Amino acid sequence: MDVKKINELFGKELVVVNMGLDAFADNLHQEGVKVVRMDWRPPAGGDKRLISLLGKLES
Amino acid sequence: MKKILVRKNAYYDSVFLMLATKALKQQPGIQEAAVAMATEVNLGLLKEIGLLSGEAESAGPNDLIIAVQGESVDALEEACRKAQEVLKEKSRGKGESEYRPVSLAGALKILPEANLAVISVPGIYAAREAKRALHQGLHVMIFSDHVSVEEEVELKEMARQKGLLMMGPDCGTAILNGKPLCFANVVRRGSIGLAAASGSGLQEVCCCIDRMGGGISQAIGTGGRDLQDSRVRGRMMLMGIEALKHDPETRVIVVLSKPPAEEVAAAVLSKLEDTRKPCVVHFVGLKPSGRRGPVLFSGNMEEAAAMAVALAKGEEYHRARFSFSETEVSQMAEAEVKTMASEQRYVRGLFAGGTLALEAMAVFEEGGFRVLSNVRKEPSRLLQSPHRSEGHTIVDMGDDVFTLERPHPMIDPSQREERIASEAADPETALLLLDAVLGYGAHEDPCGALAESVGKAKARVAERGGYLSVIASLTGTEKDFQNMAEQKRKLESAGCLVMPSNYQASVLALQVMRHLASGRS
Repeated sequence: MDVKKINELFGKELVVVNMGLDAFADNLHQEGVKVVRMDWRPPAGGDKRLISLLGKLES
Repeated sequence: MKKILVRKNAYYDSVFLMLATKALKQQPGIQEAAVAMATEVNLGLLKEIGLLSGEAESAGPNDLIIAVQGESVDALEEACRKAQEVLKEKSRGKGESEYRPVSLAGALKILPEANLAVISVPGIYAAREAKRALHQGLHVMIFSDHVSVEEEVELKEMARQKGLLMMGPDCGTAILNGKPLCFANVVRRGSIGLAAASGSGLQEVCCCIDRMGGGISQAIGTGGRDLQDSRVRGRMMLMGIEALKHDPETRVIVVLSKPPAEEVAAAVLSKLEDTRKPCVVHFVGLKPSGRRGPVLFSGNMEEAAAMAVALAKGEEYHRARFSFSETEVSQMAEAEVKTMASEQRYVRGLFAGGTLALEAMAVFEEGGFRVLSNVRKEPSRLLQSPHRSEGHTIVDMGDDVFTLERPHPMIDPSQREERIASEAADPETALLLLDAVLGYGAHEDPCGALAESVGKAKARVAERGGYLSVIASLTGTEKDFQNMAEQKRKLESAGCLVMPSNYQASVLALQVMRHLASGRS
């Protein structure tokens, strides 16, 4: 089981991409963590059929 | 009379929308209100309460609906004005003027050194976003629930192959490199590393460690299914333990979970033995079974913390001491039952933390009490309705049935306030057992709200000539932003007995109930 990358993370500054609840980004910001907030929205306007097609294309 | 507005292409997160809905419902002259994204589910709910018509019927998941029903045109106008104000404040306040990328690629252009994605989007989209993040080499924490077990297995397998963290789904808390993530407390750094499949449990153990003078190196959350579902096979837990094994800062490892699947428990224990570091295991709700190699089993969460702190200091573990002597506890219990009315006979536990509820149940069951709950697996112990207590009852109010349309009780205390009032209205209620969780993610003044409803509940029972005993514990540290000392004082002023851990609160509650029973036998 290779966990080198996790151990590397333990030695680094945490730098976060936040997708979703804004409060979580606020808290990290307050703790001095660098964080970028995404303006996240449901993909394909939330159209389930399109999302499933996109998913197949991506995989 | 009603008014329904649609704002096209205006996306807001679910917690904000639930709080906005609550604010509108409190407006004068408003009978019903909803501020929600026009998802399929929400449109169905709006239709059910008669608040769907016109433009709203054809709105999509990226459109916002503000729907209010009230007594007069003025009330509706005022409520809509309030809603617009709240939305405007949201866009202006927290958003700062920073640029917000719409894609992960955009986010990585701004912060190419990003190493962790925290995902709390609606569950049906979470796996897709997590997969993208893992592809980009990011470690991932999924706070969202409602992610299928198949997706969880796929994500964790992908993470295993890439050697990345995949915490969650339904991972409420973690502390990495001293930084609290999602619902987490500010704790001292130190040499105790934790891996846990239980959110409020991990918070409780971390806070107990901090109170006892110990510190945390890393606290990895795995999501509850990691150990409980044999399909997930403890993938994240096993990787977490392996990482803690190789972490030079971590001298002691603590593993915490609700009762795991048997084969998963075996794999976890054998992995722990392989670390050659002192380890503590607590499976909440299961009795401890001594020692296995370097692995100690604890009987409760506070004890897990005490064992870890002792091991980290290189000391032998001595049984954790209760904060009060047996005589003091007995006197406290006796005083609590002295003026109870003859019909008062049941304990009612109302919990925000699921694992805290489970621990309290275990204490009462072990003490010989039959406790019903909304989260029991055995049909004979399951409440007929989660909304109505029967006999001795302990309710996990963070369970899905309470949080589908309303914020989690750690964020918004109002559901618990209502439940406290209804328990007080029941003449058979003798004791309320409560938890209050502090820290990031939680309400800014949880005990202020609790204290007010406890005060009213006590007064109501006193009017009937009885006495309502209320026992609570605080999961938090002095470094949490809510000011723990102040929070504790608020509960105590309302007449609560506040204990330093959930275990001690549960044991004191058990003693009170025993005194009550023995006085009547």
